[in-house]
Parts: sequence; C-alpha cells; structure tokens
Amino acid sequence: MARTIFEKIWDNHLVHSEGGQHLLYIDRHLVHEVTSPQAFDGLRMNNRKVRRPDLTFATMDHNVPTNNRSLPIVDQVSATQIEALARNCREFGITLFDMASTEQGIVHVIGPELGITLPGTTIVCGDSHTSTHGAFGALAFGIGTSEVEHVLATQCLWFASKPKTFEVNIEGSRKSRAVTAKDMILYVIRKIGTGGGAGAVFEYRGPIISELSMEQRMTICNMSIEGGARAGIVGPDRTTFDYLRGRKYAPKGEAYERAVEFWRGLTTDPGARFDKSVTFDISSLAPQVSWGTNPAMVVDVTESVPNPDEFAKGNENERKAAVRALEYMALVPGTPITDISIDRVFIGSCTNSRLEDLIEASVVVKGRKVSPNVRAMVVPGSQQVKAAAEAIGLDKVFKEAGFEWRESGCSMCLGMNPDVLSSGERCASTSNRNFEGRQGAGGRTHLVSPVMAAAAAVEGRFVDVREWL
Amino acid sequence: MPAPFTSITSRLVPLDRVNVDTDQIVPKQFLKLIHKTGFGKYLFYDWRFDTNGKPRTDFVLNDAKYAGRSILLARENFGIGSSREHAVWAILDYGFRSVIAPSFADIFYNNCFKNGLLPVVLSKQDIEYLFSNPDQEVEICLQDQIVVAGDRVMHFEIDGSRKKLMLEGLDEIGITLKLEDKISNFEKKMIGQEIKM
Repeated sequence: MARTIFEKIWDNHLVHSEGGQHLLYIDRHLVHEVTSPQAFDGLRMNNRKVRRPDLTFATMDHNVPTNNRSLPIVDQVSATQIEALARNCREFGITLFDMASTEQGIVHVIGPELGITLPGTTIVCGDSHTSTHGAFGALAFGIGTSEVEHVLATQCLWFASKPKTFEVNIEGSRKSRAVTAKDMILYVIRKIGTGGGAGAVFEYRGPIISELSMEQRMTICNMSIEGGARAGIVGPDRTTFDYLRGRKYAPKGEAYERAVEFWRGLTTDPGARFDKSVTFDISSLAPQVSWGTNPAMVVDVTESVPNPDEFAKGNENERKAAVRALEYMALVPGTPITDISIDRVFIGSCTNSRLEDLIEASVVVKGRKVSPNVRAMVVPGSQQVKAAAEAIGLDKVFKEAGFEWRESGCSMCLGMNPDVLSSGERCASTSNRNFEGRQGAGGRTHLVSPVMAAAAAVEGRFVDVREWL
Repeated sequence: MPAPFTSITSRLVPLDRVNVDTDQIVPKQFLKLIHKTGFGKYLFYDWRFDTNGKPRTDFVLNDAKYAGRSILLARENFGIGSSREHAVWAILDYGFRSVIAPSFADIFYNNCFKNGLLPVVLSKQDIEYLFSNPDQEVEICLQDQIVVAGDRVMHFEIDGSRKKLMLEGLDEIGITLKLEDKISNFEKKMIGQEIKM
C-alpha cells in the first residue's frame, strides 16, 4: 500500500502496540537545561539509568548570556540550572556541548549542523521547536519533561493514538528574493490558524519546497508547532544528502553511500492518502508581518492593521481576542503596517539564526546604518554559525551598521537570559512567537523574516523589503 | 507518579479567552527552577499581577468569589506554544484538578496526563452552557466519562490508555521497562541500520 514518509518512519520505529496505544523507538534525544532537571531527578529517585546515553546529546541554550562568555553568569538561578545540566550529563554519561564548546548553540541549530539529525530517524527534545528537524525527513516531536524522563529511561515514547497526516502543498513561483521561507510559513499559519494542525503531522510538499535550501526548510518545519502540529516533515532529496555529507556525526564514506540509498526510499509514495490536504500558491505572496499576540495574527506588509470584526469573521471569541491583542500591542485598526515604528530588532532564534539567514540580512544592511531610534542585535544560532559568519566578514557588516554581534543562544526569542524587551518596547523579531510578554513583560513582538527585520532596523519602521532587493 | 483520579466535584473558574498559550500560564522567568513544586504562585503571573506585583482586579483568579474552586473552564485551543510542563505543574499546584475546554494543544494535553491533571474536551454547546453557569456544582466522573451539571449530563471522549493511567495513577516508565525484551529485540533487528550510531 502506498505510504507517506511519516507512515514509513512510524512503521520502522513501532516497537509495540497495546490497548490502542503505540510504543515508538527514539533514535536521537536532544536535551537542554530548562526542561531536563526534573527528569534527571526522577531517574535518581527511582534508581533508573539513561538507557542509551550514546543516543542522547545535550547543550545549554535557553539561559546562556550572549555577551562575553569568559565572564561568570550574573543570574544565579540561571547559573544553577546550567550547572545542573552539566552535573547530570557527567553523572549519566551524556555528551554535552557546554558554554565553552565551539559546537554549542541552540539545540535545533546544532543537531542538524553536527549531523545528529538524519533522514528517517525519530528525534525528540523537551522543546516544542523540535519540529525543526523534520526538514531532514526525520520524525521530530517536542515533548514535556515527563516524556523526557521516559525517553531517558526507556529510549521509547508512547503515543495514545497515531497522528493524522496533513499535506501542505506550496506551489507557484517566487518573484523576489525578499519573499522568504519565513513569509511562507507565517502565511500558512495565518490561513490555517494556531490550532489548524492539532493532532497531525504536516508534510510540506510541492515544487517550491523542493527548491528551498535546508536552512529554509528548517525555518518552515520549525514553525509547524505554531500551526498546531507537533511535527512537520519534508521528504529528503539531493539537497538534504549534500548538506549532511561530512557532518561530524553523520555516516561517512561507504556508510554514507549506503545511508543515501536508504534515505532515497523515504519519500511519500505516489497515490499515498493524507487525512487532510491544503494547497497555497505563493506567486503573489508579500512579506508577512504579525500584528497581534499569536502567530496567526499576520498580514502582508502592504496591508493595514485589521479591525477585529474583519479579523474574526463572525467568531465572537476571536473578535474579543483581537481587541485584546490590539490593546496589548497598542495598535489602531487601519494603521498601515509601514507606519509602525519600532524600538528594537532581534535577528536570531531557532527559526532564523543560521548562516543563510545572516547572509540574507547582511545584504540588506551592507552600507547602511541602523536608525538612531533602534537598538538592533544579531544572535547567531550556534558558535559554528558565528565562526562561519565571521570568516566571511558578516560580523563587520553588522557592527559597522550599528548592530550588536553576540554569542550564540536562544536569547531574546524568549528572554530567559538578560536579552529582554522593556515594557512597551516594540520589536521586529525573526523569532517564532509573538505571545504577550514572550520577549519580556509588556514587550511587543512583530514576527518577520531576517530581511524584513534588517530593513526595519535601518528605517526604524517596517518597509516592504522587496523594494530593496 | 501522579495520584489516581476518579472523580471531582467543584464549581468552575471561567477563563474566557481563546488560544491561551503556555507563556501566559507560566511566564519564562519562572522556568529556571529545577524542581516540580511551588509553581502555583506563578500561574498566569502577568495576568494576575501588574508590573509592581499588585493583583490585577480585572483577572478572574483575583476574584475572591472563585477562590478554592478546582475546575478551570477554558476556551478553544488551550495550552498552545511552548512544551513547558511547568504549565501543568502550576495549574495543579494552584489547586486545579481538571481543565475543561472545547480543544487543547497537543503537547499540553499530553503533559496533563503525566501529572494527574484531567483535560476534558466538551462540545462548544456544552462549553457555552458551562460559561453561562459557572457557579453551579459540576461533577466530573472519569470512569463514566461524564460531566454532570444539575440535570445536564455531558459525555467526553478520552483514549483508553490515558484513562487507565489516570484512574490508577500508574508509573508509565515502570510499565515500559517491563517491555525490555521487546525494546532490545527491536534494537537488534531495527530497519534502517544505516542510521544507527
């Protein structure tokens, strides 16, 4: 029977089914400091071991300061959590990329970069943006801390039911370099809503997806969770195989060739049925900007802030949410997006902090200056991204324009470290969530692509970056 | 290991907002703690308290009328966003034993069962009815999968495995560890040996 790639990976990892639930084997477990300490405590309390430390990899990313790494961490609570991860990794024999490591970075950036993420694997992490790894044709889920403990102890995970399959076709032709993968996924979420993919795994397909680089595919899969799906997946192809060649933990030499042969079979068969399917034509897509407090509250840069009635389309609860969002965001319906001034710019996060994101943003920034009213920062996704960017002089481009150039980490995507918005500050951000207070209590987040964020930094307000590229 | 859940009776705390995300349930500044307890005081922190730490009078949890109630009534798509299980720990630690909503985000829903917090999905009509009668005593019976409010009996669906886990307060890891033979056998004959480490 014709199967989707999701079904092939599912079938390949099914250990046991019982009472309607399914036990899946997990190939790679990624761990970070925020969602793991209680899981390790649970193991200790019950005298349990980590079953496969060789399949478990850890890094510290959420809390880490992005300024000078040689200084001690000022926030003692953060320091304690970071130290707890180091201690747990030593005690249980887990590979850790710590703050001094040249391989440290956001967990969803370093997994692919180190070749830990491979097609056909099952990957979990106590972080909802684990969906990122689906860009490689992996089945990758975010899990809670209890499940982190379960996977540490058993290398398996229970599913109370098999997820549904949801095809997202992206068709048409890209007219401008200024319309990016970020705009495509924001548009998809805007159309299907933040709960549209609940209970499902997205498979992104179509000619546009095939043309995208691995970085761009990661941006799209990363935000699957913002559309309600725990996982998003792209069938692996030559682009995927080329990206993985020579990566530290990926198969090498003859093993790589055998792996590629296996990976080639991991595409959705012709005629495979999806439980649900949507198609979007992106030929006339404009850069997208969020105006509200969830990632479905998005418009084109050429549009205005919507009025709540128009947004809610008759749903009273959504209308109330829109009214509340506008109040929080201090926006008035009818205001052109390009009239909105900003105070801060954040280029970073597991959505948009890879080398290609920084290169694209630097093209916009080169030879220009950050507006005197704006404080802008670039936070590379990993130490390897930072080094690669510096090797081609991007640090100089950004610094000369007036950007801060930081060390790697999650930083102002969620503001667990000192990088936060002050109350009332408005930020153009390449991250994934514009929830109330996400980047700092009272802070106002507008989600955009790296090129849109770069242009906003220069102008001090949103601009249609298609006019610049 | 969570305590078994059979049934509860309580009046409701109505939280009349859609798409409540886990960043609101527990803001990030409280995720640095390394234990599971004590999160109740941070529940809905930025909605409960102003920037000076004073309770906001317009938020439902600060209305004395609702104090001590153990069922949270919510709207569509409750628990979206971050996978932080701290959200569930905070709701439980505050004193809730169940959340009733028309729909939940997947990861949050899953996390509830691991901690003995019962998420109940009811139809939009039933939810509207409950929002219009939050001061009525409501009984949730997990065994029969019903919510009873006065003479209105509302049925809810739940996966059999999750129901058993809740009713018996089972140690899921302990159960899985008994399947060690199956897991070891799987590792030996696993398809896709090419990707083994």
